[in-house]
Amino acid sequence: MKSTIVSSPHVPRVNRVDRGMLQVLLALVPGIVAMIWFFGWGVLINIVLAVSFAVAAEAAVMLARGRSPLAAIGDLSAVVSAVLFAISVPPILSWWLILLGILFAIVLVKQLYGGIGYNPFNPAMAGYAFLLVSYPVAMTTWLEPSMLAEHSLSFMESLRVTLSGTLPPGLDWDVISSATPLDEMRGQLDLGMTMEQIRQSPLWGILGGHGWEWIGGWFLLGGIYLLWRRIITWHIPVAMLLGLSVCAGVFWIIDPQTYPSPAFHLFSGAAILGAFFIATDPVTACTTKRGQFLFGVAIGVIVYAIRTWGGYPDAVAFAVLLMNIAAPTIDYYTQPRVFGHGEKRL
Amino acid sequence: MRVSPMSIAHLLSNKRRLWKFHGGIHVPDEKALSNAHAIETLPLPERLVIPLHQHIGAPARPLIKVGERVLKGQMIAEPSGFISAPVHASSSGQVIAIEMHPVAHPSGLSALCAIIETDGEDTWAELPPPLSDYPQLDSELVRERIRWAGVVGMGGAAFPTSVKLVPRIDRKIHTLVVNGAECEPYITCDDRLMRERAGRILEGVRIMHHLLGVAEVLIGIEDNKPEAIEQMRLALADTDMRDYTEIIPIPTIYPSGGEKQLIRILTGKEVPTTGIPAQIGIVCQNPGSAVAVADAVLAGRPLISRVITVTGRAIAQPRNLEVPVGTMADDLIAHCGGYRQPPRKLVCGGPMMGFELKQTSVPVTKAANCLLALSAEESPDPSPALACIRCGLCAEVCPAKLLPQQLYWYARSKEFDRIQDYNLFDCIECGCCAQVCPSHIPLVQYYRYAKTEIWAREQEKRKAELARARHAAKQERLERQKQERQARLNKQKAALATKPSTDTSATAPGKAAIEAARARATAKKVAIPTDKQ
Amino acid sequence: MLAAILAIAALAAFFGALLGYSAIHFRVEGDPIADQVESLLPQTQCGQCGYPGCRPYAEAVARGEEDINKCLPGGEAAVLALADLLGREPLAMEAEEKPPAVAVIDETACIGCTLCLQACPVDAIIGAARQLHGVIAAECTGCELCLPPCPVDCISMVPVSEGILRWRWPYPGKRAQDVNPSIPERDAA
Repeated sequence: MKSTIVSSPHVPRVNRVDRGMLQVLLALVPGIVAMIWFFGWGVLINIVLAVSFAVAAEAAVMLARGRSPLAAIGDLSAVVSAVLFAISVPPILSWWLILLGILFAIVLVKQLYGGIGYNPFNPAMAGYAFLLVSYPVAMTTWLEPSMLAEHSLSFMESLRVTLSGTLPPGLDWDVISSATPLDEMRGQLDLGMTMEQIRQSPLWGILGGHGWEWIGGWFLLGGIYLLWRRIITWHIPVAMLLGLSVCAGVFWIIDPQTYPSPAFHLFSGAAILGAFFIATDPVTACTTKRGQFLFGVAIGVIVYAIRTWGGYPDAVAFAVLLMNIAAPTIDYYTQPRVFGHGEKRL
Repeated sequence: MRVSPMSIAHLLSNKRRLWKFHGGIHVPDEKALSNAHAIETLPLPERLVIPLHQHIGAPARPLIKVGERVLKGQMIAEPSGFISAPVHASSSGQVIAIEMHPVAHPSGLSALCAIIETDGEDTWAELPPPLSDYPQLDSELVRERIRWAGVVGMGGAAFPTSVKLVPRIDRKIHTLVVNGAECEPYITCDDRLMRERAGRILEGVRIMHHLLGVAEVLIGIEDNKPEAIEQMRLALADTDMRDYTEIIPIPTIYPSGGEKQLIRILTGKEVPTTGIPAQIGIVCQNPGSAVAVADAVLAGRPLISRVITVTGRAIAQPRNLEVPVGTMADDLIAHCGGYRQPPRKLVCGGPMMGFELKQTSVPVTKAANCLLALSAEESPDPSPALACIRCGLCAEVCPAKLLPQQLYWYARSKEFDRIQDYNLFDCIECGCCAQVCPSHIPLVQYYRYAKTEIWAREQEKRKAELARARHAAKQERLERQKQERQARLNKQKAALATKPSTDTSATAPGKAAIEAARARATAKKVAIPTDKQ
Repeated sequence: MLAAILAIAALAAFFGALLGYSAIHFRVEGDPIADQVESLLPQTQCGQCGYPGCRPYAEAVARGEEDINKCLPGGEAAVLALADLLGREPLAMEAEEKPPAVAVIDETACIGCTLCLQACPVDAIIGAARQLHGVIAAECTGCELCLPPCPVDCISMVPVSEGILRWRWPYPGKRAQDVNPSIPERDAA
């Protein structure tokens, strides 16, 4: 028998970190397929590049720290961060921007704080925000959804753009790119146009941006899968979408010509993706249930505020990062009432 | 109170309303391994090793000497305080040693045991008369009998039962809860006991009901034991206890058999933190203890044997055995056909809360309800612990509604003040958190480490405080003596005393005397003379 | 100009009075830092720190005259606690920590000289002249001060056995630690 003393329980453990991460990746698949459908192969190239960079960066840091790189990569957390980062950035982005973002996310934000479990900020969103403030033009140049574009980039063309940074001959950025629906909306509203006029644009679909609404829908499906598999709980996603739609709803009722509807807010940009996949990152979110609800609501409200009055068209990354800072404090003040304790703490 | 569809259904069906506790987990119950066979009586072993401290509270004082002949049921150690229990010889024979012997304890350390070589005759000592007319007798007499019999909580905690049967002055006890939940996987000894000795359990319950003067008795049994529920109901139907006793099937969820959790399920009340059920008018007892109470009062027999489940996939023939207290675990395993495959782990108690045994040569105690030999598949070594990712699964399953991830954080960094802010001592060590942790962190061990460490530090603190006080007292005394001496000297001077003062205090008894003694001692002890002086 | 001077003077007078009042009203008797330091010391009164007892050492530490690593019985735990209390850097212990022990008198050799009684700082040895002495184990702090005075060397230090009642769960094995080292806590407040 062994000499070390090991405490109960003596039963097999039922969960594993890597399996949970794998479920998250699985749940992302429908949304990613939809993104590739609407925005071309650039999405896939982004993902492949980002994942490779992230795994290499993680392994390098682990080696430098004198630890086993396999264990760190094996938990798949770097892969999840990389995929989330890759689908947040524009579908056509130079490889070195991806590398820069991933290095920032994995080395600075994640590993320098001690690796998985110790990072106060969501690595994917930190990397995204870092690129957004440093390279605003590149980071806001989105492709036109495939059914609207005059020319859809082929796989090789996408690869070439990503690796060399130049467009194939005969193509112009103006031809293939467009603003995101949220960007478009901000621009047009600033020009004094009404919602009715703005919605005439072909960029618009039934609920939100053309194509974007479908991507949101597929991510929603993935999120519901995660809820069903109990990888996440409903608190953060529901609270965040609730916070966003209640804010949007109130202003929309007040003035539907100046403020877009809640449906538009939910189905444009990264709201659904953020609610189910980004804000729910366990390491950086709140852990108490009441805290998670507050955390989600606050993210929703901040997203709405930045989208409506702030300097950026979308704001999931900033909202999540802001609330990451607040998470420990929220946790502290939302501790559940412990069994047998009559009065609530604090 | 939230109105759930469940509660409405209960109201409509006129069934008893049940409450839920937070969290809990479903684990494969593995009870089918051992619950099919009737309880077997183990043949009398040749040697009994009876630990003299088998209960919570003050240790028992040995009453026997080495070489003495003892009879079955003879008290071999008496209680040494109010919260204490006696120990009796489980069979007749000769005491061959009273010495330190390894006992069933997580540390694998030894404790004082009486080792009896049995003579095979199993001769009973003279037993006290049965108290069949206990309702007419003084309650104190009946309680004294239970105390004499050494009855303790047989679910694992081993708290002296008689102490829990004393009515409280400050609060009336209104409910007796009998804990037949047996929520730990594998264990089936209470299940078999309820199936086979339902009548005896109810006799014991009736005695406890009488002693406590409670209004109702709730017997909670998890619904994965339908036969036990059936047998208990049949037995109850034959008695006049129907008016105040209810057999209540409860949903199977671990840890419903935790005392606080069961009380919550059955009554909706929460035992206050750091408190005991009696504070909310409830006393909780185990079916095994009920049988022991019945034996003590109705037959005058002390608690010298118990039913224990010997199970696990490494055991050839898992089953329940009635064994004399003090039987070695080896004998139990041998009786069950030995091992089917090499065990990966031997566990005393259930797989969720029990502790690993380092060796099989340890005796069965009154509180040992299960001996588990787990195969490598049943109890694989958890993979190396990863960092906590704060997923919160542990908090979701915690029946005490704690934040295990925070407790872990502070236990790991040894911040023992902060960890108590997060109510470490409300943790019941049920193991739910560790079972669901995706990072495979040995959470329960962190909590146990922190708890024992905090207790040890408190003890050290008390000891330091005592030492400080004693040191201060000594300083003060020395000071006082000095002043008194000074005062005396002054007085003598004033009286123009001619004789030199003889110092009565114990400063120096004279160098010469010491030297002489030293020479004697050196000669006696053959020690090396030192010149430390 | 005059108004300004008057205003400043009035303010100065007011705050001066406030300070003066506070100094009298909130005056703290004794040295609270020394008390806190003392409460962290194990009170063995052994003098191994070079001071005659725990209190004098606590006072020296509180005055900042002495290092915080002089208390051998307190060991590393005491150093860390003191460093935490005083905001000083933890220092390494100069000597090895000894396991807790109690003094035991060899009954066959004791000559009843009472020298150890006088040496014991906590009166944990009982006895009288020419009578066999005994140690009250529960009150012995293991300070070893009784060893040097004994003329017949009949006192020995016996380590306190662990025993089941004193047993503590060990810190979970290295397996839990090897993935991540201790890292500053992430928590509010």
